[in-house]
Amino acid sequence: MSVGLEHYLILSAVLFGIGLYGALAKRNAIVILMCIEIMLNAVNIALVAFSRFITPTLLTGQVFAIFVIVVAVAEAAVGLAIVISIFRNHETIDATNINLLKW
Amino acid sequence: MGLDIAFWVLAAVGVGAALTVVLLRNVFRAALTLVLCFLAVAGLYVTLSADFLAVVQVLIYVGGISVLIILAIMLTREVQQGSPSNRLRIPAFIVAAAFAAVIIVAVINTPWVVSTTPPLEPTTSALADKLLGEGGYILALEIAGTLLLAAILGAIVLVREK
Repeated sequence: MSVGLEHYLILSAVLFGIGLYGALAKRNAIVILMCIEIMLNAVNIALVAFSRFITPTLLTGQVFAIFVIVVAVAEAAVGLAIVISIFRNHETIDATNINLLKW
Repeated sequence: MGLDIAFWVLAAVGVGAALTVVLLRNVFRAALTLVLCFLAVAGLYVTLSADFLAVVQVLIYVGGISVLIILAIMLTREVQQGSPSNRLRIPAFIVAAAFAAVIIVAVINTPWVVSTTPPLEPTTSALADKLLGEGGYILALEIAGTLLLAAILGAIVLVREK
């Protein structure tokens, strides 16, 4: 059986699951951000696969993927800046110990 | 046939690299395998005949975000402690596995209407038409530019020494 849309979508779901597990279960804030990047990449694979197999000439999925990449870059820059700022003030980036906003 | 082999190899490399990112205790090595995962995704874009996106993936993720992540790891000096899991490891695994399983079942049971038209190649000029041309996504593009500017300013303000 040749590789089709389902293969790419299943790969995307598997990558998203791995990223989701990491984002939920890890304590290091930078590793959580890395896992979020894996999840965004999985979504991009699904979007490009839809663009390739459902509407090959419209490219709407690829345009969406470009916007997802833009938002991912903004999120990575601000997220890592927040992590470094927290490390400066609290000497830790353990997500279980960062509970400033808890009451 | 060649595309099929490329897909299976790239999918194995990508999933394996993502798994090592989650499982490795050394944060720095996890960041390096994350770069491998990004490269595998770029290769998958090539097999989907999205040449422009593959180059963008290599430039932005492999060249930009990975450097940013490695810089943040070095600035926070928590490489020795590694990346241990928190108390919710098993519930998180169950949630993630259930989520992936639900999506896979939904994908397999959906009758996709796959088009047989050959894809556009190269995609660069067509994407430029979509983004900048008449009736395209020009407003979204401008908003994305504003978002990037705001993100850069926010990052500078956050990491500036008081």
